[in-house]
Amino acid sequence: MSLRGYSHKFGDDVNTDYIISGRHKFKTLDMKELAKHVMEDLDPDFYSKVASGDFIVAGRNFGCGSSREQAPLAIINADISAVLAKSFARIFYRNCINTGLPLVECNTDLIDAGDELDIDLEAGVVRNLTKNIDIPTTPLPAVMLKILSEGGLVEHFRKYGTFNFD
Amino acid sequence: MKIISKEEGTGLGKTIAEKILSLKSGVDAKANDIVVADLDFVMGQDGTSPLAIQAFQEMEATKVFDPAKIAMVIDHSSPSPLQGVSELHYQMRQFASQQGIFLYDIGEGVCHQLMPEKGHVVSGDLVIGADSHTCTYGAINAFSTGVGSTDLAAGLISGKLWFKVPETFKFIVNGTLPPGVYSKDLILYLIGDVTADGATYMAAEYVGPAIDALSIEARFTISNMAIEMGAKVGLMEADDKTREWVENQSGRPFAPVTADSDAVYARIKEYDVSNLEPQVAKPHTVDNVSPVSEVTGIPIQQGVIGTCTNGRIEDLRIAASILKGRKVCPGVRLIVAPASRQVMLQAIREGLLETFVESGAAVVTPGCGPCVGTHNGVPSDGENVISTANRNFKGRMGNNKAFIYLASPATVAASVLTGSITDPREFIK
Ligand code: SF4
Repeated sequence: MSLRGYSHKFGDDVNTDYIISGRHKFKTLDMKELAKHVMEDLDPDFYSKVASGDFIVAGRNFGCGSSREQAPLAIINADISAVLAKSFARIFYRNCINTGLPLVECNTDLIDAGDELDIDLEAGVVRNLTKNIDIPTTPLPAVMLKILSEGGLVEHFRKYGTFNFD
Repeated sequence: MKIISKEEGTGLGKTIAEKILSLKSGVDAKANDIVVADLDFVMGQDGTSPLAIQAFQEMEATKVFDPAKIAMVIDHSSPSPLQGVSELHYQMRQFASQQGIFLYDIGEGVCHQLMPEKGHVVSGDLVIGADSHTCTYGAINAFSTGVGSTDLAAGLISGKLWFKVPETFKFIVNGTLPPGVYSKDLILYLIGDVTADGATYMAAEYVGPAIDALSIEARFTISNMAIEMGAKVGLMEADDKTREWVENQSGRPFAPVTADSDAVYARIKEYDVSNLEPQVAKPHTVDNVSPVSEVTGIPIQQGVIGTCTNGRIEDLRIAASILKGRKVCPGVRLIVAPASRQVMLQAIREGLLETFVESGAAVVTPGCGPCVGTHNGVPSDGENVISTANRNFKGRMGNNKAFIYLASPATVAASVLTGSITDPREFIK
């Protein structure tokens, strides 16, 4: 799976309240509606700036805070194709795998806002086309790659009815 | 059950996390292994259950694995402030009655208070909850951790979940907490020290004489905030106090799990809290912690006492002892949200609610109260709030132009009396 798009840059400790505020998430299960508010407490114009296929690029501990799955779902529904960060908070990490949002752990200091990136998830390589450098990534464990490649945990359960990692 | 991926073992002893995940998966698992393990209890709240119910349907399931091991709690927006929320609550009630699972409706309390209080969780258990503060029950020696709605749905259907066995960060806490300094101050101090991602992907184990000296209620406050240092779970050993407490709450048999003396830890840090001051986390991160002396005098407009961190009877007693016979400062609001119906009843019996109401507090429905910004006390622009909750992120209480300080019930009570952040020891003789 190869992804191409532009970088939108954020700092460390972007928490789930910033990704999608509690004041929106309790109101609805309409993820397209929630997507309009994604990251708005950090950047009010974020949703309008994003083009389909773009990336969120952040520092350490992205997705810390609550277990709200609305966070990855709002990102997916804003047409962001992957999140790149130096590290991710654990529950958010699981939620992304389960909902089918690709995550890339790498040195994001090598990416600036607006850089064009090409990501090969299977090979685990991020290519910064603007700067013409390859950035190595931490590969995903096999279990997670399997769930992700099946399109998320819902698809996995639809297929097997339970966990199946044989 | 087999190990999904296996790291080279050290052949040495095991941590509490490794032992519980080994027991529940039926394999000899060590840190960084990935296992599929059996769940003892599964919980969802009203912010996460509706999506889980949707995922349950999308997964084409019809029945939960065991209704006696599942609860849903309506606590986050409770009672419902909006029609949209009411519809989601309705879905939860429908699902619960169709499946025969436990449903705790409005006024019953915060999920993390209810799970141990109602005896659903005992020592040695493996528990998931679709709420990040599910780590709370580590205080009674349960491996309990927060997950999202799709994981919750998978748990509802299969009674299982995959886990990466975490490495463990051991906190040895020596000394004795001075008067006026509580377990909330202790955990804020530890978070400030190791930072918000200091224990990411890890289990925390809290041990030592200062932990042993705490009541079970005070221990819950510490494990509750393990997630604020990034940890997956905040484990403690079970001692006589734990056994007695768990036996009182639950009829279920249980087997506490202890760490081996030669267990392998990723990190160990040792502290002495004998000279610890009350601590305050400043806006907008939980690890932005100072001793109260550095923030004394900062004006506040609202105080909150409650939440899954500090809404238990012991917390209400501490706050009431400071508020008794005194009045909340004019221009300041105090909101009190008992953690559960049982806590509220006990507070009524002890006269604590009378003290709160007389002092000028607004007492609200047991539940999350204003913690997560859906209702019950959203601050206005530029206001400062001092709260006993566990998060002070920008926008957390429903307004991203407000400022949230986190502290112990004693510090919040003292601060609403003076109208600015105050060292509670001024009111404790
Ligand atoms: S009281 Fe606050 S932190 Fe606790 S479960 Fe409710 S919203 Fe979450």
